[in-house]
Parts: sequence; structure tokens; C-alpha cells
Amino acid sequence: MSDLPGQHIESRTAIHYDHVTKTYPNGNRSAVTDLSLDVAKGDFVVLLGPSGCGKTTLLKMTNRLIEPTSGSISIDDVDIHSLPAPQLRRRIGYVIQQTGLFPHMRVEDNIAVVPKLLKWDKKRTDVRIAELLELVGLPPGDYRRRYPAQLSGGEQQRVGLARALAVGPDTMLMDQPFGALDAITRTRLQMELRRVHEQLGQTIIFVTHDIDEAVRLADQIVIMREGGIVQAGDPLEIVTNPADAFVSDLVGSSDALRRLSLIESGAVATALQPGMLPPSESIGAAIDVRTAFGRMLGSGISTIGVTGADGALLGTLDLDTVREIARTHPVDAPV
Amino acid sequence: MNFDYLIDNWREVLQLTWEHIVLCSLAILLAMVFAIPLGILISAFPRMRFTTIAILGAIYTIPSLAFLAFLIPSLGLGRQPAVVVLAAYAQLALVRNMQIGLTGVDPNVIEAASGVGMSSWQSLTRVRLPLALPVLIAGLRIATVSTISLATVTAWISAGGLGTLLFEGITFNRPSMILAGTVAITALALSTDLLLRLAERMTPASRALHSAQS
Repeated sequence: MSDLPGQHIESRTAIHYDHVTKTYPNGNRSAVTDLSLDVAKGDFVVLLGPSGCGKTTLLKMTNRLIEPTSGSISIDDVDIHSLPAPQLRRRIGYVIQQTGLFPHMRVEDNIAVVPKLLKWDKKRTDVRIAELLELVGLPPGDYRRRYPAQLSGGEQQRVGLARALAVGPDTMLMDQPFGALDAITRTRLQMELRRVHEQLGQTIIFVTHDIDEAVRLADQIVIMREGGIVQAGDPLEIVTNPADAFVSDLVGSSDALRRLSLIESGAVATALQPGMLPPSESIGAAIDVRTAFGRMLGSGISTIGVTGADGALLGTLDLDTVREIARTHPVDAPV
Repeated sequence: MNFDYLIDNWREVLQLTWEHIVLCSLAILLAMVFAIPLGILISAFPRMRFTTIAILGAIYTIPSLAFLAFLIPSLGLGRQPAVVVLAAYAQLALVRNMQIGLTGVDPNVIEAASGVGMSSWQSLTRVRLPLALPVLIAGLRIATVSTISLATVTAWISAGGLGTLLFEGITFNRPSMILAGTVAITALALSTDLLLRLAERMTPASRALHSAQS
């Protein structure tokens, strides 16, 4: 990413895990072992790993649903043990897989739970409920008075997200929130979550075992195995440069299409040659190569135009180039 | 056998029905004072469950006449010992349903309650009890209906109520009087059952559940 002159990009640590270990009394191996990690403010961090790798334990230690055996965790430089657990949790958004919506409460009351705990007045809470429902794409008029049982799985998860966002927390913890949804709903909610994150800029820690989900959402992927971190980095780096065979298997580095999906078309487009005919179709420079490839196959063309944000043609991408990228591990490509 | 007694003495029957209601209400109120904390306690501490339920089950098997006779030396005759005995019998249904209701709440929902920052007390009063309420009311219904029928027997120690009609009917060999008592008790039990079934449906948890079908 290129910095504009004069623009200062803050990269402060929001959450700091310092040699955190969790051992269970009866287990001979620990769930999390001597783990240290810094999460930058505003980052979308995805904890990825097979079940039993300790990712959920790490997440739940962050809001003290699980207490670490040793080590310390701080949020914004304040030790999480310096205030009572319920108070800590009211400042952290929390979303879980089965939504955990309170079934006896209407949508509006579910969202109002934390504002009520913080003794907001009714008017402020009401305005906030409508705002949040709009944000997560549920028209308040239709949805406020419904019970969770009257919502689809995807709608329930949207309400779960709205509830977690209610008091505008700086930090969000999400434990496989989309795990029980069908593929189409899941993808749609992933896009919306990304949008919400870009809009509000909270620090998010998100647990999943789905690599596609991780790649789609994460600024940073943290790969865990047997209670420790195997590799941490941005999605492209993880997929193109796996630390070992475990990571490579987990993220499917050998999957050429996955690699293509991580590269922007603009980064690998070749400049128009003089005298060449402009291609019949084109896509935006920010669109990934996998999508471009799909368009080319679908339309039966071998060259596609790549346009900038203003719509001007920047260059072209042809099938040979795509084949080349799929085969090699590309180095960081300049835009 | 005919309805003559009921027709000729409906004021008396009504008076005895009222006594019956007061007796049962007192018994159920006293029972709840013990059953609610006890139910919460054994849902929080699984180790106490087996013993508690076993003891309450044992109490439930004591024959009612023996139980009443047993209390005469200490509590004497009348309403007071009757209330104690009826409250003791009601414990099993109340405590067991309390525990089943509270432990039957979806663990995800309980985790969500602490996850959003509720204290354990807030989680109990705002989430677990409201969700357990239909089961609690079902327990209350079973306990109340069986108390209404058991309270007939307590007329034997002069606790009053509709049992009086049965005992006197037997003593004076007046089937019409027995019938009047039986009709009144049955009507009371059935209407109470209906009322509490309605209450069960009116709870937010049941309304939420049934809302899905509408």
C-alpha cells in the first residue's frame, strides 16, 4: 500500500497477548501454549486452524469467558484483568455460531441488551436499534418486533452482529459466526461484514476453520496448530509463501485458483501494445485474477481489458499470463 | 344419587370452595418459598441433585393420612398442619421442574448472556428464568392440581375445605353430599389446570416459540 504524503497511518497495538498459556486440569496437553501475538488497531484478524488447535480458547480468553493459566492479555494497553469480567465484556462485541440470540426477546430487545446493561436511556437505545438494523440490512419496520424464531439463519446472524455492535465497541470477537449457514448466505454475510468493518474500523478477531472465509475477510491470518501460532501474515503471503507443509495443506497453497483469487488484475496487467485492438470486454483493476479468468472462459475470449477506477483502459490480461501466475508464486506485484 | 344437596346448599358449597382455594394457595405459596431457591441451588450444583430429589421423592411417598397424624402432636389440628403437609408434597414437582427448566436452557444462549456482559444474577433473572418459565409453570400446574385433590383429605384434621362434604357425606351416609363435594373439587381442579395452561402459553418464551408457526 502506498502512503500519501502527509497521511499518517496509525498502527497501534489494540490487543496484546503476552506468553498466554491455558492448561486444563485433566488434560495433559495445554489448549494454548506460551502464545504471544500483537493485533494492530483496526485490523481484521482471522484465527485459522483445525478443530482443537486452540483458536476458540484464545478468542474466549480475550473476553475472559476462559481464564488463562498464565500470561497476560491487554486491550489498548489495559490489562483485561484490571476490571470485572462483565464490565470488560460490555465493551467487546461478541458473536457466536448459533447466534446465541435470546429466543424470548424480540429483535429490538436482543439488540438493546447491552445498552440496557449500560443504562442508556430509552430514546437513545431506540434510535440506535433502528440505526443498527439498517446497517446490517434489515429494515427496522419489518424486523424490530420479530422473535428470533421468525428469522432465517442468515437474518438471525445479522441480528447477532447488530447486537454485538450495539454500543459501538472498538473490539469485536467472532467465533465461527457463519459456520452454520448455507454457502450463498455465508458469502453474502462475509461481504457485509467486510463492509461494516471498512465503515466502522473496529479491531476484529474472527475464528474459522474455513480457508476461503479467512482469505475473503482477513487483513491478517493467524494460523494455529496445537495451541501455538504456526504462521501469521496477510492472506497473499500465507497462501503464496506457506511456512511449512502443514500450512500449505491447510490453506491449499497448491490450489492455483486460490492463488489467482488473491491477486488483483491491475497488478499483473500488461500495457496495451500500439496497434493492438482494444479487447471486447474489460474488468476493474481491483477485481481478482480468478474472477477475470472466469469471465474470459465464460465469454470465450483470450484477452480481457483492465480498467482503472475512472474507467480508462490500463492494460490487458491474457490467458497465457493467467497460466503463468497460476504456476509460479508471484512476488509482491506493484500496482 | 342426585344433585339435590348441591342445588339446595350452593352457598355452603361456595363457602367451602373458597376455603379450599385459600388452603391450597397458602400451601403453594409456602411450597414456592422453599422450592424456588432449592431449584436454583440444585441446578447450579449438580452434585446436590440426586440426594435432593431422592429426599423429596421419599416425602412424596408418605401416605397422607399418616403424615397428617404424625403432625398432630406438634402442630395440632386445623389449617396450619394441613398447609405444611400440602407444601411438603408439592416440593417434588416444583423443585424438579425448576431444575429441569433451568438446566434445559440452551448452553449457547447462556454463554451469549455472559459474553455480552451479564453478571450471573442478570443471566439468571433476564435469560434463564424467563426461558425456563414455561417449564416452571408446568411444574406449578402439576403441583397445584395435585394439591387441590390432596387438600380433600386434610378435612380429616379439620382444615376445612371441600373435603368436609366428603367426610360428612360418608359419616351421615348422604351420597348427594359426596357428589356435591366431588363435583366442586373436580371443577376447581379442572379450571385451575386450564388457567395455568393459559399462563404457560402467555410466557414470552412460549409466545416466541409459537410465533414461528404463525
